[in-house]
Amino acid sequence: MRWGEIIRRVLLIPPTLAGVGLIVFVLLRVVPGDPIAMMIPPGASAADIARLRALYGLDQPILQQFVVWSGQVLTGDFGRSISLHQRVFELVLARLPATLELALLGTVIAVLLGTVVALIGAYLRGRRAEWAIDGGVGLLLAIPDFLWALILLLLLGVILPVLPISGRIDPQLDIAFGTNFYLIESLLTGRLDVAAALLQHMILPALALALPFAALVARLLKAQLAEAEDQDYAQVARARGFSRPAILLRDVLPNALIPTVALGGVQITLLLGGTVLVERIFSYEGIGNMAIDAVINRDFPLIQGLILTFAVLFIALNLAVDLLVTLLDPRLRHG
Amino acid sequence: MSSLSRRSILQLAGGAAALPLASGLLGDGAAQAAAAGTLTIAYNVNLPSFDPTIGLSAVNPTIQSIYQAIFDPYIAQAPDLSFKPGLLTKWGWNEDRTKVTLELRKGATWHDGSPVTPEDVVWSLQRAADPHSGNPIQFVWSKVGNYKIDGNTITGDVLEFEPTLFKWMAFLTGYVLPKAYYEKVGADGFEKAPIGSGPYKIDAFERNAFLRLKAHAGYWGGKPAFETVVFKFVTDPTSRVAEMESGGSDLTFEIPYEEFDRLKAKPGLVGQTKPVSDIAMIFITDIDPMLDRNVRLAASHAIDKKAIVDRLLKGYGVPISTLEAPGYAAFDPSIKVAYDPELAKSLLAKSGYSPEKPVKFTIQTTRGFKPKDYEMIQAIVGMWRKVGIEATIEVYEIAQHFELRARHALAPAAFYNWGNAIGDPSTSTGFAMFGPSPHCAWKGKDLIERIGPLWGEKDEAKRIAGYKAVDKYIAEEGEVIPLFQYVQPIIHKKGLKVVAQSNGMILPQLITPV
Repeated sequence: MRWGEIIRRVLLIPPTLAGVGLIVFVLLRVVPGDPIAMMIPPGASAADIARLRALYGLDQPILQQFVVWSGQVLTGDFGRSISLHQRVFELVLARLPATLELALLGTVIAVLLGTVVALIGAYLRGRRAEWAIDGGVGLLLAIPDFLWALILLLLLGVILPVLPISGRIDPQLDIAFGTNFYLIESLLTGRLDVAAALLQHMILPALALALPFAALVARLLKAQLAEAEDQDYAQVARARGFSRPAILLRDVLPNALIPTVALGGVQITLLLGGTVLVERIFSYEGIGNMAIDAVINRDFPLIQGLILTFAVLFIALNLAVDLLVTLLDPRLRHG
Repeated sequence: MSSLSRRSILQLAGGAAALPLASGLLGDGAAQAAAAGTLTIAYNVNLPSFDPTIGLSAVNPTIQSIYQAIFDPYIAQAPDLSFKPGLLTKWGWNEDRTKVTLELRKGATWHDGSPVTPEDVVWSLQRAADPHSGNPIQFVWSKVGNYKIDGNTITGDVLEFEPTLFKWMAFLTGYVLPKAYYEKVGADGFEKAPIGSGPYKIDAFERNAFLRLKAHAGYWGGKPAFETVVFKFVTDPTSRVAEMESGGSDLTFEIPYEEFDRLKAKPGLVGQTKPVSDIAMIFITDIDPMLDRNVRLAASHAIDKKAIVDRLLKGYGVPISTLEAPGYAAFDPSIKVAYDPELAKSLLAKSGYSPEKPVKFTIQTTRGFKPKDYEMIQAIVGMWRKVGIEATIEVYEIAQHFELRARHALAPAAFYNWGNAIGDPSTSTGFAMFGPSPHCAWKGKDLIERIGPLWGEKDEAKRIAGYKAVDKYIAEEGEVIPLFQYVQPIIHKKGLKVVAQSNGMILPQLITPV
């Protein structure tokens, strides 16, 4: 991707977000489910209902509501949550780090696991053991993240209760944090005991997110490794007497990584989307868990804020992946 | 994939947890939790907001257990729905119901140590009555005003007689908040660091994860048994079951009945049940074909409620014939709507319907909002089919139900559950069946004329008798189909004594080590 293309992609971000905002805003108000109907007291009169509707600005035409909301968003005000009585921006900022840390840990696990499995699979190419690896990868891929969450919860939370199964940190611990990036902060400040306590809580949800993604990485990378290993440069290296593991790691892997990053990188957005159910199952306090409550309560301002946040993350991730591929592949860098 | 459901995984868990290893760990965990002086409750909903008097969470009955641990209601409620002194030690009307008198308990303190004053009580009542405060029960609180304070006694003028005023003082939005502190920190400050006068004070809060409370040493009712209480917000029922099996929590509730039966059989765990003030019902909307009395009555008589409770709910439910469950003030056991499919057939025949030529309509239901809701409606549709009713099931979300109900746009039949923690007939039959109420599906004049005069009835015995008569009339006309009273399953570790409440609350201050 050339720099001109990158600039074009960056310039497209605001109109994309505006489009997402408009669609979400209108859809929420058109589909059945009214937050005011959910809070109508038993003895409410028509006037009481109208007063409540006006209090939350829902008495105006949809277009007018959108114009008002858009104007507020441009000044950094995403409105006030109907159910949580707090500013949406503050709520999202407070919980986003938890989801980002979880997604990051899941990605790290997935990439490491997927790469190792792919390398072993490539090394065992043509042998019977390769079938076992392919079968295992297929199984990991076939089971969705939320089901992995339940399986892990059962195995490592109930049958062998070695890991905590709810929350982000032990409720008994009194730990002060300066930011909401608990794990990163504790690692950077050298509080390894705190980091260990956090990791204990994060490992199961992160694994649930990571396993299907690891399988995808393994499958893509293994195919790329096989293709790259058949290239002339790999054959020459073998003819020069280098061992196969050395060739795989030094010559083949870097070349196989480029298409894997391009294809697999985009799938990180799926992992991020998976946080919604996985966070719910593990009672993890990220924006995914918050999103479910927001939808149940028809908390329009919060849903809008959360979807815009997810949209920004997805766009940023796609852009980051494209940039990474450009950096890794000199052919793209130099046109 | 469909064959590998959460339930089947849990069943696998059941088998696996029977391993001696798992059982041993569970037993140890129970002992340790009790010894540590900490009570951990795997709670079924998140806590959206700390202010118990405004917004959506204020009218969510499930959250009230947490509020009542932190804040004091004006009047307390006993496990059997009766009322007892709380922050107020005395309350009542004058002879002609034109004044109320409230007496504040002496010696009660806020969590910051300052005393609870009559000014706090009056400010709380006035704030609740303010139409701009966002209090959903403002329509009750606004009926009294012009408060005057004399020592610890407060008097107020009745602006409009509300027979249930004191009952509401024990429930939704009926909490006393600290005037001076609230005015000092403001709404946002209170939301970030609330204080109350209840048995527990807030120690730590991680939204969507947990709330940690510490015992309020100066609590007027005595320091609670557990120094620390942790509410873990575990909204997924499967995860709540796992919390108990892993030993991560000491108590949970609102889990599937099959899981309840399985867990209570495990060593180290105890199960207890209690019928609570929540019922399952089918709203009848006064549109075709429900304008035909024969169709309505046939729909009622064709449902075998006992079979539904026994087979789908494992026996955890109490069949009912009116919207008043046993324990409610206007419960009348003499009103019966019998299961009689032959009667249902003959009623339908009078209107020209039969199994060969059925009457057709839609029934709406949630799916997974309440235990076995969809399965129950499937069973009812099967029962109806046998007598000559062909109903099509339409699944909706609970938010849709509220909107449709408020617009009077529900299908001819619509499944719902109705809570009534104060047990008063006005908050069950009254609001559910009185036409002008936004929660009513049957807008007929017949009920408006019957229920209307009861709203302001000053003679309590006459009011309750009036509601019993209305319930009898509704049963005879088939204008709603009450199904059964829910039973709340509670699972806890051995070594705990849990006082189950008829209003469904799980109050940590009433949980003690054995």
